[in-house]
Amino acid sequence: MKEEIKITSHFVVPKHEILTPDEIKVLLDKFKISINQLPRIAEDDVVVKEIGASVGDVLKITRASLTAGVSQYYRLVVREQL
Amino acid sequence: MADMKEVQSIEFGVLSPKMILKMSTVRIARAELYDPDGYPIDGGVMDPRMGVIDPGLRCRTCGGSVGDCGGHFGYLELARPIVHVLYAKFVYKLLKVICRKCGKLLTGIREKTSLKEVMKTANKKCQGCGEEQGEIKFEKPYSFWEDKAPLNPMSIRERFEKTPDEDLELIRVRIRPEWLIITILPVPPVTVRPSITLETGERSEDDLTHKLVDIVRINQRLKENIDIGAPDFIIEDLWELLQYHVSTFFDNELTGVPHARHRSGRGLKTLVQRLKTKEGRFRSNLAGKRVNFCARTVISPDNNIDIDEVGVPEIIAKELTIPSRVTDFNIAMVKEVVKNGPNVWPGANYAIRPDGRKKKITEESRNEIAEEIVNGWIVERHLQNGDIVLFNRQPSLHRMSIMAHRVKVMPYRTFRLNLCVSPPYNADFDGDEMNLHVPQTEEAQAEAMLLMQVQNQVRSPRFGGPIIAPKNDHISGLFLLTRKETIMTKEEAAQILAYAGIDAELPDKEKIAGKEVFSLLLPKTLDIEFQSTWHKGKAEKEEDSNVVIKDGKLVKGVIDKSAVGSEEGAIIDKIDKVSTPQEVSDFINKVSRLGTAMLDTRGFTVGISDNDLSDEAKKLVSKAIKKAEEDVADLIDQYNKGKLEGLPDRSLNASLEVYIMQRLAKAVNECGEIVSSHVPENDTIFMARTGARGSLVNVTQTAACIGQETVLGQRIHRGYLNRTLPHFKKGDLSPISHGFVGTSFKAGLTPFEFFWDSLNGREGLMDKSLRTRHSGYMERRLVNALQDLKVKYDMTVRDLTNSIVQFVPGEDGIDPAKSNWGKFDVDNFVNMEVSKDD
Repeated sequence: MKEEIKITSHFVVPKHEILTPDEIKVLLDKFKISINQLPRIAEDDVVVKEIGASVGDVLKITRASLTAGVSQYYRLVVREQL
Repeated sequence: MADMKEVQSIEFGVLSPKMILKMSTVRIARAELYDPDGYPIDGGVMDPRMGVIDPGLRCRTCGGSVGDCGGHFGYLELARPIVHVLYAKFVYKLLKVICRKCGKLLTGIREKTSLKEVMKTANKKCQGCGEEQGEIKFEKPYSFWEDKAPLNPMSIRERFEKTPDEDLELIRVRIRPEWLIITILPVPPVTVRPSITLETGERSEDDLTHKLVDIVRINQRLKENIDIGAPDFIIEDLWELLQYHVSTFFDNELTGVPHARHRSGRGLKTLVQRLKTKEGRFRSNLAGKRVNFCARTVISPDNNIDIDEVGVPEIIAKELTIPSRVTDFNIAMVKEVVKNGPNVWPGANYAIRPDGRKKKITEESRNEIAEEIVNGWIVERHLQNGDIVLFNRQPSLHRMSIMAHRVKVMPYRTFRLNLCVSPPYNADFDGDEMNLHVPQTEEAQAEAMLLMQVQNQVRSPRFGGPIIAPKNDHISGLFLLTRKETIMTKEEAAQILAYAGIDAELPDKEKIAGKEVFSLLLPKTLDIEFQSTWHKGKAEKEEDSNVVIKDGKLVKGVIDKSAVGSEEGAIIDKIDKVSTPQEVSDFINKVSRLGTAMLDTRGFTVGISDNDLSDEAKKLVSKAIKKAEEDVADLIDQYNKGKLEGLPDRSLNASLEVYIMQRLAKAVNECGEIVSSHVPENDTIFMARTGARGSLVNVTQTAACIGQETVLGQRIHRGYLNRTLPHFKKGDLSPISHGFVGTSFKAGLTPFEFFWDSLNGREGLMDKSLRTRHSGYMERRLVNALQDLKVKYDMTVRDLTNSIVQFVPGEDGIDPAKSNWGKFDVDNFVNMEVSKDD
């Protein structure tokens, strides 16, 4: 049997969380954008699969940053592009 | 307004023969260009129905004159079809997937895929007609073979004609493949290949015309031979020749065939050559544009102009103009300027009347025009003092490579700039040239002034510190001025200040310290403490080692590179944070002039004797080197006897090399220490230790010992078998035979040492040129990738579709051009907020 590896437990993979619809609305209002103007992430991305996000979800990513220490980023899960 | 539509898509394709006929106006059939009277022949390659190139004549097709008529295509019926060379590879791919008999796709796939996919799975046998397929071979640039028999364009075309449209759709081919085999050749209009008339009255034709004549001539011969039923081999030969000519008409740099040449032996410049490379249409004419109102000349330094000024030679100022609209406010000035005429600065070259008529101001007409001028005229006046211009030095690697300066018209022929602005331009004065551009409208001038003026560029966005700052002699001068030894009379101090053009109140004392003179330039509220460059080299603490400035008074320490130098200058950094850009530039102007003033009164001289060592020091140096050589000999001995202990992960050989390098490096370090402790303080040492110019390494190499020369970071090993030069024994591992230079530049190098130094020097040169090329290309790619990213007013980074790329610019939201070495300066912020409350 092949051993299952959780890449989210690896130290270089930043924390990914799925936003609730309410949180998404707050985010979009804050930047006054439509959901399609968010940066994207493909649905077949390993992390997306692992945390069980689906197309249309927005992920909040908390990363370590060289300049800011900790930074927050948001990405919209989209269907894989050609 | 015209109806606007959005472009949905653009499709590129290949012209069909039908299309070529439709867009053509002439059938070309004759190889001659002109008749005996010199008129172009109808049906010839220069047929006048294809457009006009002679001014004054009208086009016979559209009636337009030279400017209006863009030319018209002609066509040439080829006697036999020809493969389009630029599509030859595509033809090959298609041949591989199309049945030789029925022209159907050799695949079972019935849904849309790609040509690549079908090629991978192409059947050996056609499932439509069951035909066994031959093996197709392609020989560059345009020959095809099937099962070792040549496959001519005519049979390829026949095959392609049979291919059904549905099959082509499957592999996403949106043209008819037979169009790739040329039967009708479009002949470009004469306007794209104009002939030029030489002074002798002779006509010189464009390269494309020459090529077309070749094509028509061979085509003619081929046709005749076919008509009279000539033997096959003659026809084959001519056909091949026609293929060659048509191919080189498209691209004259094909591999595998000789390039078509001019009579002189020069290669012809045909279609592909016109487009590609840096000199081609795209990079030279479309991506690169040329401008007016610019000047270029050699630059030289001038300490007596401000950092935001640029010295412009009078000859240039008389050539470059700014259009000034005449109003009540400037009519007196404009009239004066027009009266001066075009040859006296400040004058004017042209006057434009309100109705748009342009009048040239000449020596004769200048007074007349000056009388005529009223409000509403526009006068193109000479560049004058105080005008805003853009100044640039290539390569323009960052935004400070183009800055706005104020004009100062000066005699002679070079641009003058203050030495303090040479770091952002990366300029020196060994023959560098720079460009100058004159913004023509008030808007452009205002924008340049607000965004690009030198004062606003003091802090570099590259590292968040000052980049415009005093250099070289300025620093030496300030150091000498602020040393504790420098005490002068009030008169001497006043002299220096006057020389520097500084108007300040000296303290009312008999003896004035240099530090006090310097303090006059500091803002009264300045408080700062830092370590000087002077101190950094020295281990022991001196009274002057730490710089302390309190309430705008220099209390302790010397002023050198770390105080006012480019990329470090703590004082410039601090002033830039607490005051306006104008104050910073004033400070830089004054402080640099004060430095030179000090040097001018004291005198400053360097000479080779500055690098003299005492006999005692010389002995120490030779002892250190001798000891090192002995130690190395020991190491080699141990190695030969097999007693040497290897380093982890290294062979014994490599370990020995490391040991030797370490030991020799240590010897050179010792030399450095001997030099710094034995050379008396002199101007050379002052320059090295204040960071004004040079370093202690330079002094050591001149005075004591140059050290190990390396190639690729290793001792020098290349040369002959097991030795570097035939003068050494094979297997010699000694320092001297592998690039160690134990002598100094002053004492002189032995021939071996000189050779090692040359090797090292050459490597340095190569490295530098390779590195700049490499990093230049990396920069180009980076700029291309990032050019349309923009920080919007809501502090998000967006791309051209307005999608978010970063939610906070650079993740921390800091503008590096306003940062404290890339970081946010908390202390400064708090202090400023606190002082606001007071």
